Amino acid sequence: MEPQLELIEGSFDARFSNEVSEALDQLPHNFTISDPCISGHPIVFASRGFLEMLGYSKEEVIGRNGRMFQGDGTCRRSVMEIREAIREEREIQVSLLNYRKDRTPFWMLFHMSPVFSAEDGRVVHFIAVEVPIAKRPLRSGSGHASNGICLCEDGFKSFQILHRSCRRELRSDTMLELRHGLEFDCVLDTDKGLDVEELCEAGELEKEKSTSAINHILSVLTQYSVLRGKSVSARRCSVDGRGLLNSALLTSLGRIKQSFVLIDPHLASKPIVYASDEFLKLTGYTRQEVLGQRYRFLSCSETDPPIFLQISESIESGKPCTARVLDYRKDMTSFWNRLHISPVRNASGKIAYFVEVHREEDCAKQDGQTLNPELRQLGAIAAVKVAVRSASMGPGSSTRSG
Amino acid sequence: MLRIKRVPTILSNYQKEEGDGAGRCGRNCLRDCCIQGARLPLYAYKRVDKASAGKAFIDCRAREPPVAFLDSLLLGEWEDRMERGLFRYDVTACETKVIPGEYGFIAQLNEGRHLKKRPTEFRVDKVLQPFDGNKFNFMKVGQEEVLFQFEASEDGEVQFIPNAPVDVENSPSVVAINVSPIEYGHVLLIPRIFECLPQRIDHESFLLALYMAIEAGSPYFRLGYNSLGAFATINHLHFQAYYLANPFPIEKAPTKKITTTSNRVKIFELLNYPVRGLIFEGGNSLENLAKVVSDSCIFLQNSNVPYNVLIADSGKRIFLLPQCYAEKQALGEVSSELLDTQVNPAVWEISGHIVLKRRKDYDEASEENAWKLLAEVSLSEARFEEVKAMVFEAIGCSIAEDGSKPHHEEKAEHERPPLGAVDSNGKGSSAIVTGNSKCLVLH
Repeated sequence: MEPQLELIEGSFDARFSNEVSEALDQLPHNFTISDPCISGHPIVFASRGFLEMLGYSKEEVIGRNGRMFQGDGTCRRSVMEIREAIREEREIQVSLLNYRKDRTPFWMLFHMSPVFSAEDGRVVHFIAVEVPIAKRPLRSGSGHASNGICLCEDGFKSFQILHRSCRRELRSDTMLELRHGLEFDCVLDTDKGLDVEELCEAGELEKEKSTSAINHILSVLTQYSVLRGKSVSARRCSVDGRGLLNSALLTSLGRIKQSFVLIDPHLASKPIVYASDEFLKLTGYTRQEVLGQRYRFLSCSETDPPIFLQISESIESGKPCTARVLDYRKDMTSFWNRLHISPVRNASGKIAYFVEVHREEDCAKQDGQTLNPELRQLGAIAAVKVAVRSASMGPGSSTRSG
Repeated sequence: MLRIKRVPTILSNYQKEEGDGAGRCGRNCLRDCCIQGARLPLYAYKRVDKASAGKAFIDCRAREPPVAFLDSLLLGEWEDRMERGLFRYDVTACETKVIPGEYGFIAQLNEGRHLKKRPTEFRVDKVLQPFDGNKFNFMKVGQEEVLFQFEASEDGEVQFIPNAPVDVENSPSVVAINVSPIEYGHVLLIPRIFECLPQRIDHESFLLALYMAIEAGSPYFRLGYNSLGAFATINHLHFQAYYLANPFPIEKAPTKKITTTSNRVKIFELLNYPVRGLIFEGGNSLENLAKVVSDSCIFLQNSNVPYNVLIADSGKRIFLLPQCYAEKQALGEVSSELLDTQVNPAVWEISGHIVLKRRKDYDEASEENAWKLLAEVSLSEARFEEVKAMVFEAIGCSIAEDGSKPHHEEKAEHERPPLGAVDSNGKGSSAIVTGNSKCLVLH
């Protein structure tokens, strides 16, 4: 768990100057910021207003996934919509039933927006603003009063309407929100449980509020990221040249916590096009130093020519292979590396990359309760395959080419 | 007796033509001849008393399990079998795409899945059939096709034993590969494999399947079930599961809440989806949810209504879909255009992940075509309403919709159209279940 905490703390430090948390704490909005690049997509910041509204302390929220606020009455389909927005890295506004720490439910407008890195165009954070909704049942008088219609009924339409991105001037009148939040404190007893689950649809007022809050937060983040020299923005910037892998793929690859690289087998030099954080840790190189390098640049091919012949043959023929090679870190210390190399196909069934997963020999300990290290390596290969395949499956991706 | 001819999908490398059951083995299977001394990894899951994230404030921060169930164990073992060449083809080499449209149906071109096998006759008018040890069953798979044993932990914590003895007396459940995968990680969950249960849902097995969905912990790892008559090909109790990191159209379909049971299981109906079906969510406990769903399944199978089940959203949403395609097919009511595609609309197809066998169908795949196929699978509106009312009666809950009482329809029993009589074609087809006294649909 410790390294996870480190990642969470580092999530902000890497991008923003130190004062960003203080500046965000000054904002009156109820919001959280999460990091999709860390496994479990944990919350890395929660505003004071948000914590107060939900009755949690900061420590209880940081490092957790936003789903901790959902409960029995939360519409699963809305949750799926949010999940898909995250996967597709787009903005979403949706009414959602959330639960406070004492498990009292309340309706709020959930407005989430991705934050992109200007540097490489990938998503670095998601901002989620929550605006409590004043209780007004959907379509009163429709005769379904005791029998809530899930938001889902006309989900497609309302989803599309909600989903348009509307940018307005900044306005901060969010002090009202806290008061709104208190109105529902004692709604739930067993009999009334169903009533609470009845959809409360957000009105224009709530939508404007959440939009202005998002803009406000974004402007703070942008300001403090510029200070740090690592700009973020609300829009995806097109990154030329090095942007070989799309942002969603980078995010899913980033969650695979093992040392591996992706190789582009279609170019003569077979360059490395992706390197995991664990690879950088293992070898001491920076990402910039690694990307574009010829594959197997870590090893000195004179040490064992047959092995290298075997590796390059398996790449040529599109086959997986395993090998034990002597590799060198940046500081020229050497280590025995148990390699596992496998072709990775995209959704059109063609080989898009080769993945090379590493394991430093004698490093893995086995206590009889864990998987053997080979299986862990295979698990990483599987995760890479699934990530590449699904990232290229969308209706927008060209599945016949490549 | 109603039969259809279809090319059976080969789930195991040891699944030969019918009648190849007996004889000397020597292939390291799971039967008495080979099982002595066998060892397989064992994963024991932790029982939870809450299905939803609800009270889970403390649970959420549970300590890290010794093994990541989905990422390392299941997918790692699966990749290992792939490298060992146990699959009939590399599923990642099969083209796949999301069909443009509102729902995002997913099409896969899989030209190899049905090759090298002659069409076999399947009886489709009996949802419950006794286990037949002479036919292919999972006792005959090779041990190398089994990934691990899966059971409830005895001490309340997740346990993993890489090399556990197989205790036949203890009746373990196992997870095995499907050698004809339709996506990455396609496996079979075979509850209490050594008990040789026929394809028939019971409480315990359904709960086990729910636990597997929870243990996998990813909304993109779903489990499915096909009853006999709804395109199950092996009459040995099994669920299927695989990993596909896209939403399924059925998960996106609008829904309408119909009722909440006494133990707070919420029941919804699919709206605006080509196949009519029910969705179950929530409940005071996981056991409650499993009980309501499995009671519904048990009612359907006892009533000889073929059905499919999809366990989605990490076990939080369960789709129950009665169907009548095979029956229509046997009665000659399915257009040759649809039959020519050779698509068998089982749980995955119904959910919107459609495996196509011909390049032409793949290239021309459209939301309209997918819809057309699935509409044939669905019960007619009238029949669905009827089945729904009977299911609700069987699980003892009322449809409170528009204030009306639950439908008590004993008096109308004899007036019901037979299963196959779909409104659209207007002709009453012959009953497929005559003579079955348990069946609610007569004549």
